[in-house]
Amino acid sequence: MKLKDKVTVITGGATGIGLAYGRRFAKEGSAVVIADVREDAGSAAVKTLESAGARAAFFRCDVTKKVQVDALFEGALSRFGRVDCCIANAGVVHDSDFLDLEEKDFERVMDVNLKGVFLTGQAAARAMIATRGRIPDWKGGVIINISSTNAVVVQHGQVAYPVSKGGVNLLTKVMAISLADDGIRVVAIGPGPTRTEMLDNVIKNHPAFMKNVSLRTPLRRPAEVDEIAGVAAFLASEDAGYITGQTIYAEGGRLCLNYMMPERA
Amino acid sequence: MSAFVPGRHAGKSIVVTGGARGIGLAYAQRLVAEGARVVLGDIREEDGRAAVAALGSAARFVSCDVTKKAEVDALMAEAMRAHGRLDVCIANAGVVSHSPFLETTEEEWDRVMAINVKGVLLTGQAAARAMIETRKRLSDWKGGAIVNIASVNAVVVQHGAVPYPVSKGAVHLLTRSMAIHLADHKIRVVAIGPGPTKTAMEAAVLADPAKRRIREIRTALRRMAEPEEVAAVASFLASEEASYITGQTLFVDGGRLVLNYMMPE
Repeated sequence: MKLKDKVTVITGGATGIGLAYGRRFAKEGSAVVIADVREDAGSAAVKTLESAGARAAFFRCDVTKKVQVDALFEGALSRFGRVDCCIANAGVVHDSDFLDLEEKDFERVMDVNLKGVFLTGQAAARAMIATRGRIPDWKGGVIINISSTNAVVVQHGQVAYPVSKGGVNLLTKVMAISLADDGIRVVAIGPGPTRTEMLDNVIKNHPAFMKNVSLRTPLRRPAEVDEIAGVAAFLASEDAGYITGQTIYAEGGRLCLNYMMPERA
Repeated sequence: MSAFVPGRHAGKSIVVTGGARGIGLAYAQRLVAEGARVVLGDIREEDGRAAVAALGSAARFVSCDVTKKAEVDALMAEAMRAHGRLDVCIANAGVVSHSPFLETTEEEWDRVMAINVKGVLLTGQAAARAMIETRKRLSDWKGGAIVNIASVNAVVVQHGAVPYPVSKGAVHLLTRSMAIHLADHKIRVVAIGPGPTKTAMEAAVLADPAKRRIREIRTALRRMAEPEEVAAVASFLASEEASYITGQTLFVDGGRLVLNYMMPE
């Protein structure tokens, strides 16, 4: 077990890839604190983790509200006595053409995806510094921000989302430099399209979607959620002890492919 | 410093070029400890035999100059002969070169390019052919991974080094090209870009406090990497946990590439 006795806080952890991180980190021995705005899904997720033998807790948290984010980490500290890892996963997508995008939608995406990561990172780092004060042989903390391939490439019909994720990449660099001397590594993961319920709905409504994924991805398929969670488990472990500031893309080769894959032989 | 995963590479057959010492040997040690059998290729026969003696019965040595196609082909053939399969290849053989731009000779340029770039091409071709043969033999084959060794100098350049960074930049791009071409053969291709690492190659740096200090204040983590920390990343990339990662260079650089100017006093 890579993360035995550690405590991990996961924002947006109630469903999808967020919950896959929770399952994976629990399997590696970590206690898991799930934060989400969706209370029913959050409580259900905790039950799932507990029934698998993990220590878990749910806190309702809107990552755009500093008071709630601070309360989340205070709650995690008082419940489990330490915070070793944080996955800033909460995020929203919003489809709109550039000229049609409304100011309120731009602000909402920026608030959740970028300011939320900033507030989460500050509170997580403070909780980790407190942990370092309590545990003399503490091995250091890891903050994993969730970015996207859309942090560096852009698709037609999305505006605020890629801009917010580009911001997450830069914020990751800023946090890595700022927190290195506190024994905290900060990294990001940039997933490509991943098989969540959300994606299954997209596939249902847009039959061409899977064909486009397959043409524009060398591995010719979307990721499974466990393939993203495995990358997070690696980055949180001591095996990644010399990696900080970087965004690791789990994208099936998307970013290195110009044009499209050839028809299959 | 690392989180060995017992049995992670159980039954796999692995080739490491330049595997007789330094980080090359660290890759072999890590993967053998996780269950793999390894064939080391190197031009340093004495070091190679000593490495095999230390690694035990899971290791073999083949004298191999990566600039010679016949020798590279023979190296992969030995892995196929001894183990009947090839799952992972780490193209680690490489040389450093120090000379300012105007003093760099044509001979030096050719030498560095032959080892660092052509060597990776020849190694990648031979490894991929052996993996394609493995796939034919084993109906339940999980796929192969080729790990090329780049450097932070693939994207930044230091004064007094000319062909080395250019060759590593080429490895970064060759990795992307190989990823696209080999995806349909179930082979992922990735690269690692280490920062300065405590090996014999860096002995002069380690012995000189002024040189060492320059590396430390230009690194967010304020220290050089241990070879084991680079090997831990290779173990992850070669494992099924990285199954949705291909074409990418992971920089194991302690935050070097994200740091502008220097760390504060």
